[in-house]
Amino acid sequence: MLTDIAIDYEKITAKNLPKECMISSGHRACQGCGEILAMGMVTKAAGRDIVVANATGCMEIVTSPYPQTAWKLPWMHVAFENTAAVGSGIEAGLKVLHRQGKIKKKPHVICFAGDGATADIGLQALSGALERGHDMLYVCLDNEAYMNTGIQRSSSTPWGATTTTSPAGKQSKGQHTQKKNLPLIAAAHGIPYVATASPAFHLDLMNKVRKALAVDGPAYLHVYAPCPTGWGLAGAKSVEIARLAVNTKVFPLYEVIGGRFVISRKPAKPQPVLDYLKPQRRFRHLGENDVAAIQHSVDAAWDYLERLAKATGKDEE
Amino acid sequence: MLKKRVGIEVSLAVAEAVKLARAQVVSAYPITPQTHIVEELSTYVANGELDAEFIPVESEHSAMSAAVGASAAGTRVYTATSSQGLALMHEILFIASAQRLPIVMTVANRSLSGPISIWNDHSDIMAERDIGWVQLFVEDGQESTELTIAAFKIAEDHRVLLPVAVNMDGFILTHMIEPVVFPEQAEVDAFLPPYSPALRLDPAKPVTMGPVGVPEVYMEAKKQCEQALLDSKAVVKEVLGEVNAAFDRKYDLVETNGKKKAKTLFVTMGSLGESVWSAVDALNEDGEDVGQVRIRLWRPFPVKEFKKACKGAKRLIVIDRAMSPGSVCGPVAQELKNVFYGDKDAPEIIDVVAGLGGRDVPVADFREMYRLAKKGKLDKTYTLWGVDGNAD
Repeated sequence: MLTDIAIDYEKITAKNLPKECMISSGHRACQGCGEILAMGMVTKAAGRDIVVANATGCMEIVTSPYPQTAWKLPWMHVAFENTAAVGSGIEAGLKVLHRQGKIKKKPHVICFAGDGATADIGLQALSGALERGHDMLYVCLDNEAYMNTGIQRSSSTPWGATTTTSPAGKQSKGQHTQKKNLPLIAAAHGIPYVATASPAFHLDLMNKVRKALAVDGPAYLHVYAPCPTGWGLAGAKSVEIARLAVNTKVFPLYEVIGGRFVISRKPAKPQPVLDYLKPQRRFRHLGENDVAAIQHSVDAAWDYLERLAKATGKDEE
Repeated sequence: MLKKRVGIEVSLAVAEAVKLARAQVVSAYPITPQTHIVEELSTYVANGELDAEFIPVESEHSAMSAAVGASAAGTRVYTATSSQGLALMHEILFIASAQRLPIVMTVANRSLSGPISIWNDHSDIMAERDIGWVQLFVEDGQESTELTIAAFKIAEDHRVLLPVAVNMDGFILTHMIEPVVFPEQAEVDAFLPPYSPALRLDPAKPVTMGPVGVPEVYMEAKKQCEQALLDSKAVVKEVLGEVNAAFDRKYDLVETNGKKKAKTLFVTMGSLGESVWSAVDALNEDGEDVGQVRIRLWRPFPVKEFKKACKGAKRLIVIDRAMSPGSVCGPVAQELKNVFYGDKDAPEIIDVVAGLGGRDVPVADFREMYRLAKKGKLDKTYTLWGVDGNAD
């Protein structure tokens, strides 16, 4: 499983940050939407030579109501569960056109899908595409529920979050299952590059996009995307909560390069998860014991990640 | 010039046709009885005989999705499926036509579960009547080969730009070894120019494909798509004419056999048409007043041509290869009742649903259907042949 991959990419810094936005302003995303913010960063880092496949979901709806479009890139939406398969077809098509000399350069293919389209209904198509090794980047914009249809739970909704189909009530704490670990599922396919990213750490996110596009073969980027509407959060708090998710270790930032786990950011003084949970209405029904249980599982997940990094890191060989 | 005439399994002939058409992307999932077609294509790609990308997808839903992506990228795309596989594609079939993507797909027609059955009937495609695709039915190996090539020409014509399904009976046709005359590569190249998309996913000229259709535009979009399908009839006729000229054939949208201006006509689609043809010939020899109409183009339905072929007929015996549970009759008979609705001289339409799930329908059965129909002994709604009891 472990292969040494040297990624040759042009690093983005505060000084050479790309200026051009590939998604026009005037799109219809909610104020403070973490998905559109992240998608803007991904496409900025990727540049012009891109073809986008987009799953059904918030981002498809808010950027494409005919006769308007927010896209400055060639973009295609087909359905909810098949973005990875559509991307596979686009990639294969561009590959053969390039091989036959019909296009000079083969553009990169980027797939965007929400957590429902990735973790639930689209998991099979994603797995198929990763297994077949299509040279493309799949980006999951994880806002932890089906926000487009009205905040229903997905398998990426964290334990204890109330949604319209996992409501907190007298007999329920809300979502009663643990969040599905998609980056690990993607990594289990043995693809060259997997990473998690957050719009609160934009340079980290954008450089991960650059790396993902630089590797040969499939890459998977799992982006944490706050949803003020679905989470019961002031729009202005989006980036703040995204930063808190990382600093409380709720959403660790890491890469899996050729099977090796590298933690991107180790908070020097991790904050308690309560700081992260408190501003969000979706968690407000939780009591002290529940918060303690979440703290425990967050610590355990972090410990597991550190052990993976230690076990697969070069220093330990 | 004497052409190469070879004995070949028809599935392999179809694969050869796809190769001759220079398909650039083939995405496929194995399903019986389609498998031999895509196995052969994957072998061509593996041997470098066909410069294409073969995408061995993880489901038929993804096969059609990848086909949509590859077609949008600007390549000539082929896939094949059958039965449950076609049903699994269902959702994406509508999107392929709505996005005007000229994908060519062979449907090796097969029954649908349950009970599970791998054998032939038309239940699969009849459940997909309204997907907005051009739908052709072929009868033999030669036609399968030539119309597969023609399907690309029809699909990619800028007056059409719609996906085309070529229906061929599973096993009865796909697994039959028949003599087939293949055109030369140069002939096919002359007949079928490289695919030139009207729009494609190109960073130099970005387009948005598959946007949200707000209520103000949705119906207009649907109307445009239907108009494109209706207009495709003329192109299908034109391309069949070119096939006839290039390969010396007589393909048409509907065809007739047997006695001219007969009072009773059998109506068939697909390979059972050949058995009916034999029965009609024998009946004609016995002095019976019977003929046959074969439907080659199913969507768009060639109303004018079909009515012309039936002119003067008093009775149509429609051989339906699928049920439409809860309706008044099978799908083809329903279509024909609609076609003649309101006509003063409309023929009586007698529906015989036959050969479901691979049940054998020998030539003698068609003679028996004719005898019963003549005596007025066949149900006026529909008869499930061999099950409903067809005795005098």
